[in-house]
Amino acid sequence: MNNGRPMIEVRGLTKVYNMGNVDVPALRGLDLDVERGEFLSIVGPSGSGKSTLFHIIGGLTPPSSGRVRLDDRELSQMSESDRTRLRKRTVAFIFQKFNLLPNLTARDNIAVARYLAGLDQKPDPQFEEILKLLGIAQRLDHKPSALSGGEQQRVAIARAIVNRPAILLADEPTGNLDTENSTAVLEIIRDLNERLGQTILMITHNPEAAAYGHRTVHMRDGKIVGE
Amino acid sequence: MRTLLSALLIAVPVTLILTLVGLTHGMLQESEQRARGIGADIWVRPPGTAFATSLSGAPIPEKMVDFLQQQPHVQLALGSVVQTVEGVTVIVNGVDLDKFDQMSGGLQYVQGGPPKAPDDIIVDQYYAAQKGLHVGSAFMMLGNHTWHVSGIFTGGKLSRIILPIRILQELTSSPDKVTQIFLKLDDPKNTEAVIAALKMKLPDYPIYSMADLTSLYSASNYAGVNSLITVIVAVGVIIGFFVVCLSMYMAVLQRTREIGILKSLGASNGFIIRTIVAEGLLLGVGGTLIGIGLSFGSWWLIRTLVPASIQMVIVTSWWPIAGAITLVGAGLGALYPGWNAARHDPIEALAYE
Repeated sequence: MNNGRPMIEVRGLTKVYNMGNVDVPALRGLDLDVERGEFLSIVGPSGSGKSTLFHIIGGLTPPSSGRVRLDDRELSQMSESDRTRLRKRTVAFIFQKFNLLPNLTARDNIAVARYLAGLDQKPDPQFEEILKLLGIAQRLDHKPSALSGGEQQRVAIARAIVNRPAILLADEPTGNLDTENSTAVLEIIRDLNERLGQTILMITHNPEAAAYGHRTVHMRDGKIVGE
Repeated sequence: MRTLLSALLIAVPVTLILTLVGLTHGMLQESEQRARGIGADIWVRPPGTAFATSLSGAPIPEKMVDFLQQQPHVQLALGSVVQTVEGVTVIVNGVDLDKFDQMSGGLQYVQGGPPKAPDDIIVDQYYAAQKGLHVGSAFMMLGNHTWHVSGIFTGGKLSRIILPIRILQELTSSPDKVTQIFLKLDDPKNTEAVIAALKMKLPDYPIYSMADLTSLYSASNYAGVNSLITVIVAVGVIIGFFVVCLSMYMAVLQRTREIGILKSLGASNGFIIRTIVAEGLLLGVGGTLIGIGLSFGSWWLIRTLVPASIQMVIVTSWWPIAGAITLVGAGLGALYPGWNAARHDPIEALAYE
């Protein structure tokens, strides 16, 4: 649905973690708009709340207060099972540590995402093209332990996009890669954004990586402090 | 390795159940076969003894054998003295061997023949195998008495060890007494009529047809056996439950990060629980198969080491029962770890190293 509203609309978002008897605020009234099809880079120091923002947008944890609207759906009113459904089709993650299932081959890691989404485990022909673009078509029958870091991250990207989610959340996707693989992965993410029109949010510490996005926002102390 | 160890541990109660059931069936079948092998139609027990209890001592006057021999339709009356040798599993029977041969159709000797000297004894092939006896072997039994094996007969008749009745009466200080009396009739069809007539004349004596005796050699007719099986089955369920619970709990801990990954991909709590329970059930299936295999090992060991003392058969009808019992234990045991896994916070799970 495209009614002119942002794909992601965040207003007054707070998140407080309770650590024993101490409340630790991670987000302190954050506001953010991300347009449909936008590739947004988020930078900020450790502890600025970047990952917490991702976890809330991705439905892994509920907000303490505030509003998060994803594609016209109010996330703060969703139940846990609603947020689980959100992760099946609407939102997908790319992690710094790849997070592939170690006992499954690359192909099965991708198939699991389709299985959990209730889709046919054989991807569509267009996805086969994307696998070629990712350069892992010949490596799909290997387990993660037999793949390089760059290959593992490409498999993780393939897994993230196989269900065509509207929003892709990439948390330091190049954090564990060398320069050559980092560049390749960032170009793939930008290429996917252009080909598939997905809305992409990417956390990074690296200004060069951030420059791949259409826009960069800076976070500090649980808030957006500038662009 | 963890999976294999878990399956092996689950296999223990399966083996226990199948071995116990195999033993009860084997020992009852063996007893039934030996009772049939006597060739009698009627069994007279001492006054005041219950049906399914073992006999020992010799409380019946031997002249009762002569009395019964004279009753209508009785072709042959045979008195027997019973003495336990090793617990209740191995007993020695003292009988008149000529009369016993007439009643049973004769013992088949695989080695040697009937006793000739006062210290001669005959044993069946299972007892001989267990004790390593051959014709001419000497062994101690019934106190400090040394016996020489004069013959080894095929099993399945009366008892494992047979002595001439006079010698056993003398040894047990019960001259002119017997423990039980077997009757062979002119026609088995007369059994019920003869029993009815004898009960009129001997109201204190428990008198049964051999058909009644052999029909009662089933586990379902022995309350104690059923209780024992029930206890072992309960132990099997409990062991299966704890083994699977512990194993799956460890598996969940090991796979915390993987559970977090699945949740980040949209796996529901139900999916996580189903996955863990399915793995528990698979362990149950593996444990059942290994347990069935190990029960053959029990069978072989018993058959090789103590063929005379205890008998075991493979009761295939209990395979699905043991499997179902194990799966119930495994399924229940996997439920808590599965529920625990489903409760994992996905963010903490993803950060788990």
